[in-house]
Amino acid sequence: MNRRLQSGLVAVTGLIAVLVLGPAFASGGGTLNDVANNDIRNIPSLQRGAGNFVNYCSGCHSAKYVRYNQLARDLQMSEDQVVNNLMFAAAKSTETMEIAMRPDDAERWFGLVPPDLSLIARSRGPDYLYNFLRSFYLDPSRFTGVNNLMLPGASMPHVLATLQGTQRAIFREAEVNGTVQHVFDRFEQVSPGTMTPAEYDEFVRDTVNFLDYIGEPVKQKRQSLGILVMAFLVVFLVLAYLLKREIWRDVR
Amino acid sequence: MSAAGTKAAGGSQGGRFARFIDWVDERFPLTAMMKEHVTEYYAAKSFNAWYVFGVLALLVLILQVVTGIYLTMSYKPSAEDAFASVEYIMRDVDWGWLIRYMHSTGASAFFIVVYLHMFRALMYGSYKSPRELLWVIGMLIYVALMAQAFTGYLLPWGQMSYWGAQVIVSLFGAVPVIGDAIVEWIRGDYFISDITLNRFFALHVIAVPLALMILAVVHILALHTTGSLNPDGIEIKKTKGPDGIPLDGVAFHPFHTAKDLVAIIIFAIAFCAVVFFAPEMGGYFLEHANFEPANMLKTPPHIAPVWYFTPFYAILRAVPSKGWGAFLMAMAIVMLFLLPWLDRCKVKSIRYRGWSYKIALTTFTVSFLALGFLGMQPVTPVFVYAARLFGVLYFAFFLLMPLYTARERTKPVPDRVVYHGHH
Repeated sequence: MNRRLQSGLVAVTGLIAVLVLGPAFASGGGTLNDVANNDIRNIPSLQRGAGNFVNYCSGCHSAKYVRYNQLARDLQMSEDQVVNNLMFAAAKSTETMEIAMRPDDAERWFGLVPPDLSLIARSRGPDYLYNFLRSFYLDPSRFTGVNNLMLPGASMPHVLATLQGTQRAIFREAEVNGTVQHVFDRFEQVSPGTMTPAEYDEFVRDTVNFLDYIGEPVKQKRQSLGILVMAFLVVFLVLAYLLKREIWRDVR
Repeated sequence: MSAAGTKAAGGSQGGRFARFIDWVDERFPLTAMMKEHVTEYYAAKSFNAWYVFGVLALLVLILQVVTGIYLTMSYKPSAEDAFASVEYIMRDVDWGWLIRYMHSTGASAFFIVVYLHMFRALMYGSYKSPRELLWVIGMLIYVALMAQAFTGYLLPWGQMSYWGAQVIVSLFGAVPVIGDAIVEWIRGDYFISDITLNRFFALHVIAVPLALMILAVVHILALHTTGSLNPDGIEIKKTKGPDGIPLDGVAFHPFHTAKDLVAIIIFAIAFCAVVFFAPEMGGYFLEHANFEPANMLKTPPHIAPVWYFTPFYAILRAVPSKGWGAFLMAMAIVMLFLLPWLDRCKVKSIRYRGWSYKIALTTFTVSFLALGFLGMQPVTPVFVYAARLFGVLYFAFFLLMPLYTARERTKPVPDRVVYHGHH
């Protein structure tokens, strides 16, 4: 027993050391740190998000790995509903969410090709997107007239300005690592949009929820299948353990 | 063992199947091989949980080969199509997502299992005479595994695939005089390109797996020549009964197989927990930046290799000169090969070894894990100094080993293994 303890100790000490070293060395930056709190099981939210996406995003951003008929299946819509409400840029529901804008045109207009959004929630995370879409602020030095707190120097114009209205970013001076820097303090509304701030947050949440879903459409199926697989393995484990005990019974 | 003996035994059972086995045995040593490697291969009954990782490594190897074959059916090895074909597998191929997640999780699982397998060897002295060659073959498997992981990681053609490959391939440029030529030879181009992707695909699906499978067989053959060691570090072959069977051994089948089956299911539960509930494993198994297609004009702000390479990556970054950094990184792996000859202590198991080795192994383990952590972090002065400290400790474990193991105050080793029975 004691010997077993000794050899285990070597491994455990190592693990502890790393866990002690592990705490995040997060730097105090000036960004929004709100949580999206979206839920891909919320079908009405996904349906609204899909509508938001085709109305406000898909002018410039494709989702070229996402098929319309998959949307119909997963968002509990008929193919007709999808064709009439979501499918503006495709001929058949088996097609993917491509866009008409040509990449070289996009590059000329914006300086870069707007990224495909199929996997944006997987590369950036829903929280980032939720904060990004709420962090456009007026900045006359930019060619779009706005800058973004999450992505300084973003080429994307504030396409949702009619909904959110416009806002100004207030910075304060603070000491970061020994030097005085401008750190984001808060936003100040300049002109109102058609939505209240709370409504706008919901609008963004639905949109981000949709982006989260298209990042991995199979996610819900994966998790529900996982529960069955785990249940099977636990039963299998019990049987295997009983078999092992039976076979080892006479070993002394 | 002799074919004639088995023939008589099998024949007396009668039956069509037994006659078929006889027919085979006259032409191929099937029964003899089964006995030698399975039903009459004796290993200590006192194996603890540390002894399951060899079997698990073999399991993961098979899993990777099978899932890999299915991925190859839909994957397209070209810079134009690779990223899209992976998404095609994830979304449009029936069960493609499951096969892909099993393969990506399998890559990390392989390293977890192999690292634990190697740590077991360090604890119980599995690398010591007469198992030096067994250890060296195992190390060759580890190197092949690293090559396999590295070539495989380029294939999804994401941002991290591309820039990780860029960083690692450029390390070969540190070789004096011919460095640049080597880098060009590996890439087949002046930068990581479609040509590189195609040859990495060839290496990943044929060359390296073939080497891995052959090495795995050779590893098992070497193991079955020396016999498996045990947590007491005692050779069970020294104490045989009148029937020639080691008194402290039990047959691989059915005893160890029954035990391994339990281990395999426990492993499967952990494995499936990742596959079904956390396939990205918080960005450690599938890095977030790799969901963005490779872009040779846009360097990611923070390039970090996947977790299993980070201890060595930390050593590389801890050294101010790229040449020496790459050299020390290579030496960190070479050191492991030399282990059987650096350790002068006759006692094998940590249970009976002196305090000096216990302290050394603990320090080494802490250093390895700490380097792994540091290799994932952005470069800051504090982290660089920490990496230098742990890097020095890493090498000290090996370089000072002949000194601290030469006159180790060991405990007396018993003649027979310690076995309390299983519950």
